[in-house]
Amino acid sequence: MIKTEAAPSNSGLFKLWYHRMASPVWFYRISGKLLPWLWALFAVLLVTGLYGGLVTAPADYQQGDSFRIIYVHVPAAWLSMFVYMVMAVSGAIALIWRIKLAEMVLVSCAPIGASFTFIALVTGSLWGKPMWGTWWVWDARMTSELILLFLYLGVIGLYSAIEDKRMASRAVAILALVGIVNIPIIHYSVEWWNTLHQGATVTKFDKPSIHIDMLIPLLLMAGAFKVFFAISLLLRTRNELLERELPRKWVKQLVEENDG
Amino acid sequence: MTPVRKKRLWLILALVLGVGVSAALVLQAFNQNMMFYYSPKDIKAGQAPANHDFRVGGLVVAGTVKRDPSSLDVHFDVTDLTETVTVKYTGILPDLFREGQGIIARGRLLPDGVVEAAEVLAKHDENYMPPEVADSLPHKPAEEAQ
Repeated sequence: MIKTEAAPSNSGLFKLWYHRMASPVWFYRISGKLLPWLWALFAVLLVTGLYGGLVTAPADYQQGDSFRIIYVHVPAAWLSMFVYMVMAVSGAIALIWRIKLAEMVLVSCAPIGASFTFIALVTGSLWGKPMWGTWWVWDARMTSELILLFLYLGVIGLYSAIEDKRMASRAVAILALVGIVNIPIIHYSVEWWNTLHQGATVTKFDKPSIHIDMLIPLLLMAGAFKVFFAISLLLRTRNELLERELPRKWVKQLVEENDG
Repeated sequence: MTPVRKKRLWLILALVLGVGVSAALVLQAFNQNMMFYYSPKDIKAGQAPANHDFRVGGLVVAGTVKRDPSSLDVHFDVTDLTETVTVKYTGILPDLFREGQGIIARGRLLPDGVVEAAEVLAKHDENYMPPEVADSLPHKPAEEAQ
């Protein structure tokens, strides 16, 4: 057996990376190094996106300057669904492989997702009053987005109601997976039923029906929101990790280093 | 993947699939109730409820908006490009209300086939563009929508 010392094969490398990723110590160290870069990227995207959206983008032919709320409403609404997908996939990983880190990502997603759902609902309401003439109606798009908020709140509530955190994570993972059925309903609600909310502008298999000068800032803002989600997810997961691993040696060492 | 993990994976897939199928069946059963509004075609076909409020949605037909000069009364025709229904309303219309615009009116069907609206909402389409671009188009996008 001479070949045992040879370099690991591709699948071996993947396994190594996979187990490293799942190791709390490694995750804590790498995420700490990643965070300043993410903050910088977020700042660049946010500033260019806001400048583009509020200054350089032309006013809409029908809605005038009021349409500019799109630069907050749409990125928040996209993110509200994206965060849920991340949460449900982490839930599946946590259930199948029982990886602790996936459980922590799962529970860290919920408050972030709930916040963005709330922002999407509030900005939509503020936009609806002057344009449609109403703050709120029970059409399929708005109702399914409200259900998304309740799903997030359910995840948060269920997690804090169960004492044993590993057990709580598994219960929450099942809830998150059951709720995933709502995501396609939100997206296709405007096609399947008559709704007050208009159809998709960008996320369709057709050319986006928005002028390019308005689209670029929108995509920049969507990018900024995504990076912000990554930052808050990392921060929350790191907190959750420290809390759960508190009795471990590496956490104690970390605390001593910071004290000294 | 170990057999235990494979089993868990299948269980999760079965769970998601099961919930998906039941949701699809429920939504199918309630399809009519999920519709936010009826089109003029539905109303002409007698599908709109006679004894309680419902909503009608469509485009405002150009040249049919008639305002009473001494009050807030207004009436106009709404079309889905196959059938047309007349709507009368008393009150202030939303900013986006104009000829060719998609609107949704909530009200009752009168015996003469006119909808007496208690509320009129404007629907805007999914197109966003500067006014110069809209002016250069042969047709306003709002007229093409739906």
